[in-house]
Amino acid sequence: MAEVTLMKTPAETGLAQAFEGAKALLPGNAESRAQAFEQFNLRGLPHRRVEEFKYTDLRSLMREAAPFAAKPSGEEARAALANAKALAGVSALQVPFVNGHFVRDAVRFESLPEGVEVVPLAEALASGHDWLAHLSPIPWASDNPVYQLNTSFMADGVMLRITGPVETPVHLRFVTSSASAVATATRVLVLVEDGASVTLLESHESSNGAGHQPNDVVEIIAGDETDVRHIRMNVEGDQALALSTLAVKMGTEARLTSVNLVAGAAVSRHQVFGLFNGENAKAQINGATMIKGRQHADSTLVVEHGAPHCESRELFKTVIDDEATGVFQGKIIVPHHAQKTDGRMMSAAILLAEGGAMNNKPELEIFADDVQCAHGATCGQLDEDLLFYLMARGLPKKEAESLLVQAFLGEAVEFVDNEPVREALVAAIEEWLRTRS
Amino acid sequence: MPAVQETIDQVRLIDVDQYKYGFETEVEMEKAPKGLSEDVIRFISAKKGEPEWMLQWRLDAYKRWLTMKEPTWARVSYDKIDYNDIYYYAAPKNNPAPKSLDEVDPEILKTYEKLGIPLREQEILAGVEPRNRVAVDAVFDSVSVATTFKEELKKAGVIFMPISEAIREYPDLVRQYLGSVVPVTDNYFATLNSAVFTDGSFVYVPPGVRCPMELSTYFRINEKNTGQFERTLIIADKGSYVSYLEGCTAPKRDENQLHAAVVELIALDDAEIKYSTVQNWYPGDAEGRGGIYNFVTKRGDCRGKNSVITWTQVETGSAITWKYPSCILRGDNSRGEFYSIAVSNGMQQVDSGTKMIHLGKNTTSRIISKGIAAGRSENTYRGLVSAHRKATGARNFTNCDSLLIGNQCGAHTVPYIESKNASAVFEHEATTSKISEDQMFYCQQRGLSEEEATALIVNGFVKDVLQQLPMEFAVEAQKLISISLEGSVG
Repeated sequence: MAEVTLMKTPAETGLAQAFEGAKALLPGNAESRAQAFEQFNLRGLPHRRVEEFKYTDLRSLMREAAPFAAKPSGEEARAALANAKALAGVSALQVPFVNGHFVRDAVRFESLPEGVEVVPLAEALASGHDWLAHLSPIPWASDNPVYQLNTSFMADGVMLRITGPVETPVHLRFVTSSASAVATATRVLVLVEDGASVTLLESHESSNGAGHQPNDVVEIIAGDETDVRHIRMNVEGDQALALSTLAVKMGTEARLTSVNLVAGAAVSRHQVFGLFNGENAKAQINGATMIKGRQHADSTLVVEHGAPHCESRELFKTVIDDEATGVFQGKIIVPHHAQKTDGRMMSAAILLAEGGAMNNKPELEIFADDVQCAHGATCGQLDEDLLFYLMARGLPKKEAESLLVQAFLGEAVEFVDNEPVREALVAAIEEWLRTRS
Repeated sequence: MPAVQETIDQVRLIDVDQYKYGFETEVEMEKAPKGLSEDVIRFISAKKGEPEWMLQWRLDAYKRWLTMKEPTWARVSYDKIDYNDIYYYAAPKNNPAPKSLDEVDPEILKTYEKLGIPLREQEILAGVEPRNRVAVDAVFDSVSVATTFKEELKKAGVIFMPISEAIREYPDLVRQYLGSVVPVTDNYFATLNSAVFTDGSFVYVPPGVRCPMELSTYFRINEKNTGQFERTLIIADKGSYVSYLEGCTAPKRDENQLHAAVVELIALDDAEIKYSTVQNWYPGDAEGRGGIYNFVTKRGDCRGKNSVITWTQVETGSAITWKYPSCILRGDNSRGEFYSIAVSNGMQQVDSGTKMIHLGKNTTSRIISKGIAAGRSENTYRGLVSAHRKATGARNFTNCDSLLIGNQCGAHTVPYIESKNASAVFEHEATTSKISEDQMFYCQQRGLSEEEATALIVNGFVKDVLQQLPMEFAVEAQKLISISLEGSVG
C-alpha cells in the first residue's frame, strides 16, 4: 500500500486551533503542554490503523472538536450540581467539577476529613506546586493520544493527598452541563502515602442532547501497603463522546480494587493503565458495561507487572442490546524480572439482540518464565436453558432476561465493599434494564 | 511454574545448533538473472511454458506489488530485504523437467535419500507393503524434480502434479480456482508470490473420491541467494477427501533466504481437506546469523456446505515465521480446525496463528495452539475469530498455551475475537485445566495427575493428526508431542 498522507479532519483542525487560542491562557508549564500537543498533532486522532484504536476509530467518531467550556458562574455550578444524580445519595467528601472546572465553593477546606488534603489544580499549576512533579506517573501513558490531549488542554482539577486511613469516601463528581456541546479536560492526581487507605468515587454525567466531549484523567500513586478502592460510574449524556483514563502506580504490598460501570455516552472509551512498582501488590480491576441503541463502549486496559510477586485480576463484563458495540482490549505485560507474576484476565460479553457486536482482544506479553498468566474471553447470548428454567417458573421473558443480566453484571460489581455505593451501582443496572426496549 | 527438566532437554534436542538438514548439494544450476523485473517474470513464465493468460496474471501482480509496502504489524524484526539481490529462479541444469527418476540428477536423488524422502515407488513396493503409502512431489529450489504415484492416483481420478505442469495440462481448472482464495492483491508477500511463483503442487480430487493415499510435497531450498516461491492449490470436489503433507528443509548458511509461499485450499460441499506441515527450514545459528525468512499465506475456503478444512502445523524452523493458516467458513455447517505446535529457539522469531472467518450458518471452528519459546526467541500467537451478521449459530473454541524456557525469550498472545451475531458463541481460553472437565475427571479418576491428564488429552488430540504423517517427516514432530504442558502461561 502506498504511503497515504492523511488529510487533517475538521476535528483535528479544530483541536489545533483550540490549542493555539488556549495555550497562552492555560495555567502552568506551557512547554510540557506544547510538547504533548505536538506529539498528538504529529499523528492526529487515532484511527483503525492504529492498533490500540482498531475498534474505536476516533478519527471517524469525533467529527468536530467541541469548544472548551468556560468556567461556570457560582450559580450555574450550583444548579448543575443540584441536577446531578449519580452516586449523589452516598455520603462522601464531595469534590465537584462542573464543565471541567473545580467548584471551590462546594468544598469546605477548613473541615476536611482527617488524612485528606485538597489542592486545586489550576492554582497549583499557576504557582508551580511541589506535587506537580508527581503528575504522569506512568511513562508510557504519554504515548497515548487521548492522554496527550488531556495533558495539552487540562485547565483544572485537583490534587489530593491521603496521609492515613480515611473512612469517608472521596467523591469526584464530573458534571458537564451546557445546552450546546462543550469539551473538558480535567486532571486529578491522588497521592496515597505509605500505609494510607481511601475509597475514591468518580461519577461522570452530562446533559442529554449535546455532543459533549469530556476527557478526564485520574492518576493515583499508591505508596507501600496502601489500600485504594476506586469506583467509577459513567452515566454521561446520550450524545456525549467521553474519553477517560485511569493511571495507577502501585507500591509494595499495595491493594487496589477498581470497578468501572458504564451505561452512558454515545461513544465512550475508558483506559486503565496500571503499573506494579513494588513486590507483592495486588490489583482487582473490573468493568461492567451495559449499552443499547447505537452506543459504543470501549474498555482498554494495560497492566504492566513491573515488579515480581504481584497479582492482577481483571474481570470485564459487557451486556449489549440493540445495535450497540462493545470493545474490550486488555494487555498484561510481564517483563523479564517479574518472576512469580500471577495474572488473570477475563472478558465476557452477552449480546441480547441481533445487530449488536462485541470485539475482544485479550493480549499477553510475557518475558519471564516462572509466571502464571491466563486470559479468557467469551461472547454469546443468554443461556437458553437458564431462560427456559426461569420462564417455566412463571417469569415473563423480559424479567427472566433481566435477572440473568443482573447476575452476570453483578459478578463484576460485587467487589465493591462499600454498601451504599454497591447499592447505587446495582440500582443503575436495574434502571438500565427497566428502560431497555 | 517453570519448565521441568524433561521439557528443557527435549527442546534442547531440536535447538538451532542441532539442525541436521543443513548440508548442501553440489548441482549445476540454471538461474534467472538476479533481481526482479518484468523480464525475470517473462523468463520464469517461458521456462515453465505457460500460456499467455498466466504471464499476464503474473505481470499484473508484479505491477500491483510495486505499489505495495512490506507489512510491519507482526512482532518480528529483520534487516530490510533487498528484493533485487535474490535469484527468483534456480533449476538443476541437467534436465530440469525429468520424465522419470532415471533422468533426475543423481546428486539430487542422493539429497532426498539423505533427507529420508522416498522417491522410488518400487523401493517402497519391493519390501513389505507399508500401511501408509505416500505420494511425494519433490520440489528442489524452483522446480519439481519428481512426483511419485502419479499414475496410480490418476486411476482414482486424482490429479496430483507440479502446478507448472497443471497450468499446461489443466488450464481451465487452474484458471477457475487460482487466486480465488488468496486474491492476487491479498498482501505484500502473496502478491510477490503471484508474480514470481515457480513450483508447488496441484491437487484435484473429483467428486465422491477418497484419495487412496497421503499426498505430500517436500520443499528443499538448496541454491545460494535464491528465494523459493511455492504455490500450492488443492481442490476437493463434492464429497471427496484428501490428506496432504508438507515438509521443508534448507542448508545451513550465513545468509537469509526468502520463502514466500501461497497455499490455497478449496473444499466444496461435504468435502474434507487435511493439510499438515512440518516446517523445518534452517533456523539460523545461535547468534541469529542466517536462516530462512518464512513469509507464508495459507488459506482454506470451506466453500460448500458441510465441508471441513483442518490445518495442522509443527513449526520448528525458520529464522522468521510469518504464517497464519486460515479458514473462510462460507458454507453452512462447515468446520475449520487449526492445531499448531510452534517451538522457537536461538534467535528465532515466530509470529503465527490463524483466522477463522465465520460467514455461513452453524459453522464451527476450533483452535489449539501451543507455543514453546526457548533461548532468545520470540513466539507470538496472533489469531482472529470473527462472526459476520449472517453467521447464525457459529461456534468457536480457542485454546492457546505458551511455555517459556529461560528468561531471555518472550511469549505473546494477540487474539482478536469479533462477534456480530448474537447467537454466535465464542470461547477463548488459555488455562490448560479447562479443556474438558469430563475428560479431565475421567483421566484423573484413573490416577493421572492433572498435568498428565492435560498432556494426554491435548497431545492425544494433536497426535491424532500427526500420526498420519509419514515417519520420515514426523521425526521432529514426535519429539515434540511428548513435551508436557506444565507451566503454561496462556
